[in-house]
Amino acid sequence: MSALSISNLKLDIHGHTVLHDIDLTLDPGKILGVVGESGSGKSMTALSVMQLLPRGSNWSGEIRVGGVSLSGLDEKALCQMRGRDVGMIFQEPMTALNPVHTIGDQVAETVRVHTGVSRREALAVARDMLNRVGLPEDRFPLDRYPHDLSGGQRQRVVIAQAIALRPKLLIADEPTTALDVTTQAQILDLLTGLVREEDMGLMLITHDLAVVAGLADTIAIMKQGEVVEAGPTREIFREMRHPYTRALFSASAHVPDRGRKPEPSAVPVLSVDNVVRDYQQPRRNLFVKRPPFRAVDRVGFEIHHGENVGLVGESGCGKSTLARAILALDALQGGEIRLNGHVVSSAGEGPHPELRARMQVVFQDPYGSFNPRHRVRRLVTEPFHLIKSPPTGKELDRRIDRALTEVGLSFSDADKYIHEFSGGQRQRIAIARALIIEPALIVLDEAVSALDVSIRAQILDLLAELSDRLDLSYLFISHDLSVVRAITDRVLVMKDGRIVEEGETENLFRNPQHPYTQALVAATPSLQAALAAPAE
Amino acid sequence: MTAYLLRRFLSLSLSLVAASLVIFLVMEVVPGDPASFMLGINADPGALAALRLQMGLDEPLPLRYITWVAGLLQGDFGVSYTYRVPVSELISERVMISLPLTLYALALSTLIAFPAGIIAAARRNSAADLSVMGATQLGVAIPNFWFAMILVLIFAINLRWFSAGGFPGWDAGFGPALKALTLPAIALALPQASILARVMRSSLIDTLDEDFMRTARAKGLSRSQALWRHALRNALIPVLTIIGLQFSFLLAGGIIIENVFYLPGLGRLVFQAITQRDLIVVRSVVILLVFAVIVVTFLVDLAYAAADPRLRRQRR
Repeated sequence: MSALSISNLKLDIHGHTVLHDIDLTLDPGKILGVVGESGSGKSMTALSVMQLLPRGSNWSGEIRVGGVSLSGLDEKALCQMRGRDVGMIFQEPMTALNPVHTIGDQVAETVRVHTGVSRREALAVARDMLNRVGLPEDRFPLDRYPHDLSGGQRQRVVIAQAIALRPKLLIADEPTTALDVTTQAQILDLLTGLVREEDMGLMLITHDLAVVAGLADTIAIMKQGEVVEAGPTREIFREMRHPYTRALFSASAHVPDRGRKPEPSAVPVLSVDNVVRDYQQPRRNLFVKRPPFRAVDRVGFEIHHGENVGLVGESGCGKSTLARAILALDALQGGEIRLNGHVVSSAGEGPHPELRARMQVVFQDPYGSFNPRHRVRRLVTEPFHLIKSPPTGKELDRRIDRALTEVGLSFSDADKYIHEFSGGQRQRIAIARALIIEPALIVLDEAVSALDVSIRAQILDLLAELSDRLDLSYLFISHDLSVVRAITDRVLVMKDGRIVEEGETENLFRNPQHPYTQALVAATPSLQAALAAPAE
Repeated sequence: MTAYLLRRFLSLSLSLVAASLVIFLVMEVVPGDPASFMLGINADPGALAALRLQMGLDEPLPLRYITWVAGLLQGDFGVSYTYRVPVSELISERVMISLPLTLYALALSTLIAFPAGIIAAARRNSAADLSVMGATQLGVAIPNFWFAMILVLIFAINLRWFSAGGFPGWDAGFGPALKALTLPAIALALPQASILARVMRSSLIDTLDEDFMRTARAKGLSRSQALWRHALRNALIPVLTIIGLQFSFLLAGGIIIENVFYLPGLGRLVFQAITQRDLIVVRSVVILLVFAVIVVTFLVDLAYAAADPRLRRQRR
């Protein structure tokens, strides 16, 4: 009997068709990878199985969990099914737990809701489960609160509550997308181990082919509410029958063409010299002041004309703090930052506005980084505030036209509002906003991390082409090593506020020297490696 | 937790000192000579000199402040100029009405607002939600003295269940005293309940959309189980803030209602003191209210900490 079988699943939300004729099966002890870009319907498929669909949803077809058809069940029976027969893990571990309850109570709740055992017995089960997911008692007592834990640890608690009653089916919706690569590798290991040992079926939903490549027994590729191709992982990877599958693969492994290798110039575009960033910590009490926290510790490096430099490291390593310091958004506590040989900012010295204007930034979130009440014209011309005599009239229009054309949009887009654009187009507008002032350096802070792979490939191509043509330099900050590998010439690896290794990109990835770099590279799921692995 | 309490307590004490200084300076220094202010422009020079002596206005400023604070600490608020009795007696009489009235109104307001807000949030856009929203809109818009007069008309004049005003005193027994406070408490509570119900509703609706609510449902909790166990406590913080503010407002803000019901409360006392230019009473009531507000803020802080463990955490 299969853990999950879905046939002819159709779903409408407020009359709008979201899923067409989905067919999927998953056997106990196996992993089904569901892969697709945003809007493909992969999360809605999962929520259909949980029967936690948004209001106004209307579904038809058949969903069987462990042989039991869901269509005959009333709400009470569905509540009994959720958590007991099907467990679910969500993408965002930081918000998936209730902040006001202890982790013990939250895991125990799954047990208490379904079995009616005493609180003590339920807490004993919770203890076992937390041990099982790698949160031992001495470091993670039951009375800890979620805010005491890191993202990876919280995700382990979410897993513990999902598996507390050993359900036949586990659904994981992007369980590692919000986590660092090394944490991702640990969580994926944990999930795989649970599936094999407890004989659960795991439906693993992800946008990242590389994640499922090494794990899943079968794969379903979804696009716009349909399963376009499904089958055993190796077969799908070998044959790639459907054009969309091929497109997804090539976009995932996309390496943009770089026209030429940048030559080291006499004066680097950016020179970061012994930079220190300290954070004041809150006082322990009224009388004891605490030493400041050193987020960036004597960091120094250079970026040359037309060079793309990557900065990688896990969350909390100081890479975003360093980016803010370079952009003179925060004052330095030591060292100095020079652009084309001129000091932009140094310890105790504010930023020089005209020089500062020549460094621009593109942030991660294409939705949050624009004021929704301004037109594109006003949004892209924001950097002109930094210079003394900004262009006006015809000249301003010409600059807007050029910046928008440069990123593949047109001048007619200047009078639209930001909500009229897709995520990929918004990121193009963010790049246009950076380009309009003809900068020497653009800091790209996780600039492609929120984009679907096909859009990401286009933006990477655009960035590579702009760098070649305009002799632009990039500081490319990302937690995604495969993207950094695709676009940068040189890489800096940051850990605990220091640069622990730097080198030419290919060299560094092939032959990492520092143990931390080695761990990062080893933890990164690789599509190539999964494809090249011999058939079992 | 202890550190949190100590920190809060310390900041509470500092606020009190700061508030007493501000009140002292505003009352004593800014409007010129308090004695001539109290007696008016055509005052008899002899009476003026006597009052100045009584108020100790010939002493240097810092000494006057210290004497005043030392008096406050011993419960000596001075003697009222108009009533010729110790201010502490005046105030304690009035507090015995205003404080119970405030607590009564606050309890009613909470009892009405919580169920209304919860039902409205849980059944969003339903008929129940729309009625709650409509009723609270009216409750916020209509002034409370109008409610008070309607209540008097219906329950005192037509039905004769309650008396139309006055207060028999606590000596008359708990029941009759409480009964006399019932109509004023309802009149005070209705607008506050409307505000509170709206805050409860919107805070709960925000919480119901949180990720952890979906997690709770995925564990097998029913919609209402998830609401009671997971949403309510998280939604409480803004509600507690409003309750704290309402307490401070009701304690002295009930003056119109006190007038409608002929209740000798704090609001009426301070109003009369202001019209009679009795600065001694005014500043005593003001410092008392400040003290009450600060204590309530402290209690609300404690309630926050009880509701949300993140606030209990000792900062590392």
